[in-house]
Amino acid sequence: MAILEIRNVTRRFGDLKAVDDVSLSIEAGEFFTLLGPSGCGKTTLLRMIAGFDEPDAGALFLDGRPLAGIPPEKRPVHTVFQSYALFPHMSVAQNIAFPLRMAGRSEDEIRRRLGETLELVHLADKARHFPHELSGGQKQRVALARGLINRPRLLLLDEPLGALDAKLREQMERELIALQREVGVTFVFVTHSQQEALALSHHIAVMNAGHIEQADTPERIYSHPKNRFVADFIGTINLLPVEVRAATPDGLDLLAGGLGKIVAPPPADPARLAAGERGSFALRPEQVRVVAHGEPQDLRNRFHGTVRDSLYLGDVTVYKVELANGVLLEALLANSTPGRARVFAVGDAVGVGWRHDAGVYLRD
Amino acid sequence: MTEPAAPHPNATAPATARRGAHGDGPTRWLVGLPPTLFLLAFFLAPALLMLVASFQQPGEFGGLAPIFSGGRVGLSLETYRFFFGDWIYAEIFARSFLVAAASTLLCLILAYPLALTIARSPQRRRDLLVLLVILPFASNFLIRVYAWIILLGPAGLLYTPFAVIAGMVYVHLPFMILPLYTNLEKHDPALLEAAQDLGAGAWTRFWRITFPLSLPGIWSGTALVFIPVLGMFAIPELLGGTGDLLIGNLIKEQFLDNRDWPLGSTLALLLTLAVLALAALAAWAGRTRRRAA
Repeated sequence: MAILEIRNVTRRFGDLKAVDDVSLSIEAGEFFTLLGPSGCGKTTLLRMIAGFDEPDAGALFLDGRPLAGIPPEKRPVHTVFQSYALFPHMSVAQNIAFPLRMAGRSEDEIRRRLGETLELVHLADKARHFPHELSGGQKQRVALARGLINRPRLLLLDEPLGALDAKLREQMERELIALQREVGVTFVFVTHSQQEALALSHHIAVMNAGHIEQADTPERIYSHPKNRFVADFIGTINLLPVEVRAATPDGLDLLAGGLGKIVAPPPADPARLAAGERGSFALRPEQVRVVAHGEPQDLRNRFHGTVRDSLYLGDVTVYKVELANGVLLEALLANSTPGRARVFAVGDAVGVGWRHDAGVYLRD
Repeated sequence: MTEPAAPHPNATAPATARRGAHGDGPTRWLVGLPPTLFLLAFFLAPALLMLVASFQQPGEFGGLAPIFSGGRVGLSLETYRFFFGDWIYAEIFARSFLVAAASTLLCLILAYPLALTIARSPQRRRDLLVLLVILPFASNFLIRVYAWIILLGPAGLLYTPFAVIAGMVYVHLPFMILPLYTNLEKHDPALLEAAQDLGAGAWTRFWRITFPLSLPGIWSGTALVFIPVLGMFAIPELLGGTGDLLIGNLIKEQFLDNRDWPLGSTLALLLTLAVLALAALAAWAGRTRRRAA
């Protein structure tokens, strides 16, 4: 059952449509992420869910009831702010207990739930500390505990990992996943980082210029981007200009100018594709296989190229291979064989290939 | 945090760090010297002179009688006996503290909403409003107090305790508004949003977030209003009746009218001590409360 229903919501600031006719449905108990570049409208949408902003058109429904006109303090929706917004004059315990006091809970209940929540976020020994005495990760956990203690229907998280360094961020990502699973509260997470979105979410809505480009599972978003924006925004992807030659339920025949035929997986709706249509063939770098020149390949898509660039990253090496038509194809090779980190040198003639069921055709 | 890079007392600190500490010494002295000299010359020295004067005898034609004259030491506890021997002085002290407390409280009540309004206005209007607050300083203090005589006279309120407190509040209001504004302006608006998001209504947000965070501003404003009001003599003299005299008037009278410098010195000294005691009490109370929290 959908816990939050966003129906045709539009929010204008002057001439700018910050949120443009957005409809979304968020399921109870899931970890939902709004992903997009800055200025795409994700924070405006979040503020409308929290109640700090109201839509100009459309409506939001929480558990089937309209949210319009209900002020933030009356909504069973709590937020973890980007800056954490911990109350500097209150101890960790006072900060975390704040929502319970506002809700008028009894002292007994406050003490019990405070103890549980401090355990949950591993801060039992920091209860009497003040926010300025905490590290970034600890502040983050206080903010999370404060948002969760009164069991809101929704917990909104506004880029909460942005201020942390890479190591700590990965640790917090794992903790967030575990925490969400443990408490079962529905999380709505806002971020501009595709890694965070992929790692954390059950569902992702990719936003751009006020509207939703694609709402799907992380796997679908990564492997079956709906359009060039999504393909480009999530991870790295090769885009080859192609022309459709034939679309059948078994597969898609594409023609890449100056290169030849590409066999691609069948599109979701082959009927909508007409021969002669122009678009892009999108292929992830890790799906490209690179072999020495002349080495046989049992792949249906195989071409010749020249290594133009290589970037050694430790676990993987990223090659740029120039194809016969001048297109640079990025390929990611795992350095799984010891002592063989850089298999190919710049200038080497190589063969490249990929499976017939890899990649996706995108209309322009 | 504002301490200059202090040498680390850690034993493992390399020798260069210790040498660096010696290098810091002269610089620190050079920077600290002018204010130290200023305080020695213009605060400590006069205070000591006053302390001595309070034990001396008044001179025949004003001023002070010499300490040694005719083989006798002219020091006594006369003025202290005088002060503690008559209830009238204690009464005037009490009244002065009462007037100062009332004026400070009224200033706070008037200044808080004003400072809050300024702090939450758009940046450009804020500067204008702050200018308006300090604009009265552009005209002479006495002229502004005389204006109150004209205002209060027809209303029949002149020469009453009300007139004294109104004058005090009027003159000192900016000294409450400015520190409050400086404090409130720095508050992170995200804190109020967080409080609202977590269930706090407007009134609760003020009492649980804005007010406690503004306490440092309240204390600075209180000190800036309370202490000057305590020593003020012009306003009670111009606006108050004969029963509205405060310590300030009393001290001024001893020096300028009665020519009793020793008594004047005693009064001034006791006032200073009382204020310091009050400040110490407030600091102590603040610290114990923070520890209890």
